[in-house]
Order: sequence, then structure tokens, then C-alpha cells
Amino acid sequence: MELTGAEIVTRCLAEEGVEFVFGYPGGAVLNIYDEIFKQNSFKHVLVRHEQAAVHAADAFARASGKVGVALVTSGPGATNAVTGIATAYMDSIPVVILSGQVPTAAIGLDAFQEVDAVGITRPCVKHNFLVKDVRDLAATIKKAFHIAATGRPGPVLVDIPKDVTSHKTEFAYPDSVSMRSYNPVLKGHSGQIKKAAQMLLEAKRPMIYTGGGVVLGNASEQVTELAKLLHYPVTNTLMGLGGYPATDRQFLGMLGMHGTYEANMAMQHCDVLLAVGARFDDRVIGNPAHFAREQRRIVHIDVDPSSISKRVKVDVPIVGDVQQVLDEMLKLLKASKEKPDEAALNTWWTQIELWRSRNCLKYNRDSEIIKPQFVVEKLWEITKGDAIVTSDVGQHQMWAAQFYKFDKPRRWLNSGGLGTMGVGLPYAMGAQLAHPDAAIACITGESSIQMCIQELSTCKQYRLPVKIVNLNNRYMGMVRQWQEFFYGSRYAESYMESLPDFVKLAEAYGHVGMKIEKTADVEAALKEAFSPAMKERLVFMDFITDQTENVFPMVEGGKGLSEMILAEEL
Amino acid sequence: MRHIISLLMENEAGALSRVAGLFSARGYNIESLTVAPTEDATLSRMTIVTVGSEDVIEQIIKQLNKLVDVVKVLDLTEGSHIERELMLVKVRAAGKEREELKRMADIFRGRIIDVADLSYTIELTGTGTKLDAFLEAIDESVILETVRTGASGIGRGDRILKV
Ligand SMILES: Cc1cc2nc3c(=O)[nH]c(=O)nc-3n(C[C@H](O)[C@H](O)[C@H](O)COP(=O)(O)OP(=O)(O)OC[C@H]3O[C@@H](n4cnc5c(N)ncnc54)[C@H](O)[C@@H]3O)c2cc1C
Ligand SMILES: Cc1ncc(C[n+]2csc(CCOP(=O)(O)OP(=O)(O)O)c2C)c(N)n1
Ligand SMILES: [Mg+2]
Repeated sequence: MELTGAEIVTRCLAEEGVEFVFGYPGGAVLNIYDEIFKQNSFKHVLVRHEQAAVHAADAFARASGKVGVALVTSGPGATNAVTGIATAYMDSIPVVILSGQVPTAAIGLDAFQEVDAVGITRPCVKHNFLVKDVRDLAATIKKAFHIAATGRPGPVLVDIPKDVTSHKTEFAYPDSVSMRSYNPVLKGHSGQIKKAAQMLLEAKRPMIYTGGGVVLGNASEQVTELAKLLHYPVTNTLMGLGGYPATDRQFLGMLGMHGTYEANMAMQHCDVLLAVGARFDDRVIGNPAHFAREQRRIVHIDVDPSSISKRVKVDVPIVGDVQQVLDEMLKLLKASKEKPDEAALNTWWTQIELWRSRNCLKYNRDSEIIKPQFVVEKLWEITKGDAIVTSDVGQHQMWAAQFYKFDKPRRWLNSGGLGTMGVGLPYAMGAQLAHPDAAIACITGESSIQMCIQELSTCKQYRLPVKIVNLNNRYMGMVRQWQEFFYGSRYAESYMESLPDFVKLAEAYGHVGMKIEKTADVEAALKEAFSPAMKERLVFMDFITDQTENVFPMVEGGKGLSEMILAEEL
Repeated sequence: MRHIISLLMENEAGALSRVAGLFSARGYNIESLTVAPTEDATLSRMTIVTVGSEDVIEQIIKQLNKLVDVVKVLDLTEGSHIERELMLVKVRAAGKEREELKRMADIFRGRIIDVADLSYTIELTGTGTKLDAFLEAIDESVILETVRTGASGIGRGDRILKV
């Protein structure tokens, strides 16, 4: 039987097992919406801004490991989606974005609500397509899902002109995809893996540094097994948190610009570094020349060859999927008669414990004014470390990363690569839909939350009982911190005036609001918010926090990783 | 160093802009870029001449390979190869200049492909350096217009770039 393009779209999504489509209607996609109305294999979630549609789809992917799906109309629908797409792209998140386009005959004529969506998104998608013929539609959607999810994941946009959604053709969904131009390498080179295993066993001062790739590639079990087998220290990037259990003694905390003293020192001074699914980002290694001053041998496992030797030269590159490569490496290590050098390892651990004893994350626990770190610590306690935590961008994001100890992957959702303020609330929505019974906490700031505040309405409509932890310092704190350190405390436009009454705002949207002003009230508020009585409710907790608090440790831009500013030094 | 990179990619709308966009977005140099379909109409072959340190060239090759439409990439500079560029030069040719320009074209194995009362159009093929040399050799004031294709390259012997 022949189907219209619009029917084909919904059928393809059903074939892919899609559960949720996050979207917003408009002229160019009305045929598709009409088909959505008629089907019931997936649920459509109506957001209040297309940026949030893509963020929520992205979060659904991060939390579930499946591909997220967003649907937007042409023109402004597509341009509003761009921030969401770029955010997913920078963190390698599998999302398929379907955008409406003006009819094929109108393309290029400056038609109403026409933008070159393929052109605009080209630099921030893994790939994109313009479907000009309904006969190509099903195969293109199949390819889009395949490309988004395989190799190094990423967003894929499919732009569909309106006439293509009304044209008819025979529908057949392909079982598989074969593309001569796209075949990611998943199995690592055996010789290289052998060399790497040997190098690891020879280490005197080993270090394991893992990133988002371990989370994306579902390899935290392998990483944990490897680290336990060798008894080597582990650090995670911001994107890699949860890839190794944070409450384990071998975990040194996050590394990088706001990483712990012990993680950064160990990273700088190790003699063999195993990098897994991490891309030596500038916020992670600081000044590359300073990093290179120390002699060390580096093994780097990554599915994307372009991540390897980009900023740091490595000795043993291994292109492949983390899980497959680590499985093979584990086999070799277990079979090997050689064992790590115990004496050297003991000396190394003694050194690490010395670094750890600097207690670099300490803050004033006796403060009457609420310290943001305290709120995050309490949140961890009260949720028993079991919540899925989303965050926005700023100081609160760093405190969340430092003080919420993630023991499992896919529990920490934030924008690392693009650093997009506004993701927190839509991320919480996507996470809640992926895990309806989980406790979801959105750690945000009074500035970030206002960038997608309209989604409180979506949360009401779909009964998403997320808990918002607003660390309200009345400042764009991260900006204020830089201005304090590097701009002579000239706080240009970094204060937040005329803030809304967040309690009333939450109530206006039909939710529960709380304002917490004293340290003594923090615990009770959190307990109430996460109590069974609030199980079905969105609770907006507005914590009035210390305006002057800064994030430590800190590696200044251009400085070396071991040249951290610590709180006690100020 | 100067590198000449050959690649095969799907002959699809927008494929060229992906390559061009990659070079501009990542700040890579592009000296010339030529592209046309191959004997297999579903494939285009592109030759890119670029300049960069070894690290940058390594990234360029990796990034090109990463483009979903790109099927194969080969750095011709890594082995022996042949490189050719086509140039059309329109020169003022009146009176005794006609004789002189004809002679120069012959020396460079060029051909005069259009003859008008006051001008010649000369076709010249060779490496970029040879084309430069021709332009140096003739009187600058007679050059009315030049157009060059940019280099195309191919490996020698059994160095073959094919799907
Ligand atoms: C305000 C702010 C402060 C920040 N401070 C810090 C900081 O202090 N420390 C820090 O670490 N970050 C920090 N970041 C984040 C930083 O900008 C980067 O986003 C982050 O460091 C990158 O993490 P990653 O290296 O794990 O790479 P990701 O971006 O997570 O990339 C994943 C890598 O894994 C690879 N990969 C994916 N899937 C697989 C697979 N299946 N198999 C193999 N490989 C795979 C990919 O190809 C890629 O190379 C900060 C961000 C902000 C906004
Ligand atoms: C969309 C966007 N615009 C600007 C920035 C730059 N920026 C980074 S952090 C920050 C301040 C965030 O303030 P707030 O949400 O209150 O968090 P805080 O740092 O105070 O915890 C700004 C403006 C950004 N990351 N994203
Ligand atoms: Mg703030």
C-alpha cells in the first residue's frame, strides 16, 4: 500500500521503537502532526520552545542510552533548535532532529519561514539530509538513526519539505544500513592493545583518565574491573562522571580546571597514562606545553581517530569502541604472568594520599549563610546518591560535579562541551521521562534557570515531578568569579537584578515553591521535597546562597594543570 | 608543508560544502580545490592543495575521513604522484607580440586555442610551478586575463584511489 510521507515518518519512528518525540508544531510539519494525532506507538511531548525540545531529546538519550528524537517546524522552529543541536553535538549525544521545510518548489525563493536548515546546522551535526523525494524518506530516516547511534554518536538532522510529507510511495523500512562511506572501526588493533597492556604493567606511577566515551560506550564495568585488577588510581572528566564509582577509594575525583588537587597532580606526574573515551580538552589539561613538560607515556582509546593526537601526542593510539577494546585488554592482563610493580605502586599511592590530604574541596561548614556546596552534599545524602542530577552552566554546575558523588553512569546530565545555560530544566524533563520512577534533581542557578523557565509549563502538562535546586547567589557567579580574579572585581553586568519571586513563579505554573535562607533549614527543605508527599509534584527550591563563594581549585586559562589556585591560598 | 590530498566522496548535493565548510570552520588553509564526478557517476573526486604542519595535516586527513559523505582519502604527497593544473591565459597580441607569444607558448608546450585580432588565448597544462614560470616569462603588461583550475593529482604506478 502507498503511504504519504507524513505516514512514513510516523511509521519509521514506530519501527525504530521511539517512545517519545519532543516537538513543536508549525505549518511545514502539519501533515506529520496530523499523523501523530492518529497513531499511538509513541508519545509526543509538547515543549514550550524548540531549544527545549532538542535538549529534552538529548537528555532522554543521555539518561537511557537510546536515540532521542525532536521534531520542529521550518524557519524559526529550526533556528530555535540550533542551540540544542550544537549542545548535543559537542557532547556526542545521539539525537535525530526532524525539521519541516518549505515545499521543494519553493526552496531558494525566500519563501515564508524558509531557512537553509541543512546549511545552518552543517557545522554542528554529525550529518544532515534534505529529503527531496518521498521515495528516499524511509531509507534516509533509517540512516539518520544509524549514524546518530554508531561510532562516535552525534545529532543528525533530517530536513523534510512539506510536499514530501504529502506525496505517496510504497513503504518499506530497511532492516539494515550499509554505507560505503561510513563504517566506524569498533574493534581495536590487537597489536596495539597488547602493547598498551604491557605498558600498563610497566608503570611506576600509573593513572587512568576516563571521559564521556566510557558513559556513551557503556563501559564503566570494564573500566572498574580494570582499575580494580591493577589497583590504579582513576579520574573522570566532567563528562565522564559516573564512569567509575565516585565513592570508591581509588577515585581521585574530577580533573581539570576545577578538578581536585590530587587528580590534577596525579595526571601531571604519572608516568603511564591510560586515556579512555576522553579528548584531552583544554579545560582538562590546561596549557598543553606545560602538560608536555613532564615525561609520560600515553595510551589513548577512542572510537574517533580525530580525537587522538589532536592536542596531546600519544604513544599508543587505539581506535575502537571502549567496551570492545577494554574487554580485550582485560583478557590479556588477566592472562599475563606479569603483575604491576607493587613497591612502586605503594610509593605512588603514598604520594597521592599526601596530595589528597590537602582536602582541596573544603569549605566553611559553620556558615549561617547557605554555602552552595553544603546544599549539594545534603542533596547527595538525602537522595542516597541515587538521583539523576542535571545541571545548568556556572558555578553550581562545578559544585554539583565536585560534591554529588556519582557511583553509576548516566546519572549526571550537563552541557560540558558547549556550556549551554538553560539545559538544566529540559534535561530534567528528558531524564524523568526516561526514568519515570527515579528522583530527578536539577541543580541550577538563578540566571541559567531563566533561560528555559517556560518549560515549567511542560512539566505541569506531563506531570514531571522534577526537583529544582536553585543555588541563588543573585549573580552569574561563574562570570563574577572571573571578574573578581582577572578583572579587578569590576562586576560588569554579572549581577541579576529584578529577579522574580521564584516561589510565586513556581506556584503560578501550578507547582510547589520553597524559599530557603538559612543553613539550618536546608536539610528539612530537601527532605520535604524528596518525601513521598511530594512524589508527584515539581518542587522549586530557591536556596539563597553565599554571593561571594568561589569554585576551587581553579586552573587559570593558559596555566599548567598543577598550577592550581586553592581556596586556602587566598 | 604543502600537501596534495585526493578524496572520493558521494556525488551528492551539499557534499562539496561539507568539505569547504570543514576547512573554513577549523581554520585550515586551502590553496586550491577541484572537484568533478568520476567514471562512476555516484562518486566525485576532489583534489585539495593545502599547507600545514604535520600535526595539522594529520588532523585534516582525519577530519575529512570523518565526513559521512567521504568514501576515501589519500595524501598523495606521501608517495610518488603526478600533479597537473590547467591554465587559460588571454594575452594582448598585436603586431610583433604575436610572434613572440607564439614562440613562448611553444616553449612551454602550450596551445593557442583562440585567435582574435588583438589577442590570443593560450592553453597550458603542467604543475603549478610551470604555469607560474610561464606567467613570469611573458611580459606582464600583455596579460589580459588568467584562469586556473587548481591542481589535480594522481598516484604513480599502482598507487590507486578507488572504491
Ligand atoms: C563551566 C565549565 C567548566 C568546566 N570545567 C571542567 C573541568 O574542570 N574538568 C573537566 O573535565 N571538564 C570541564 N568542563 C567540560 C569540558 O569543557 C569538556 O566538555 C569535557 O572536559 C570533555 O569531556 P571528555 O574529554 O570526557 O570528552 P567528551 O566530550 O565526553 O567526548 C567523548 C570522547 O569519547 C569518544 N567516544 C564516544 N563514544 C565512544 C565509544 N563507544 N568508544 C570509544 N570512544 C568513544 C568520543 O569520540 C570523544 O572523543 C567544563 C565545562 C564548563 C561549561
Ligand atoms: C547561553 C549562555 N550564555 C552565556 C554563557 C556564559 N556564562 C557561563 S556561566 C554564566 C553564569 C551563570 O549564572 P548562574 O546560572 O546564576 O550560575 P552560577 O554561576 O551563579 O552558579 C554565564 C553567563 C553561557 N555559558 N551560556
Ligand atoms: Mg547565580
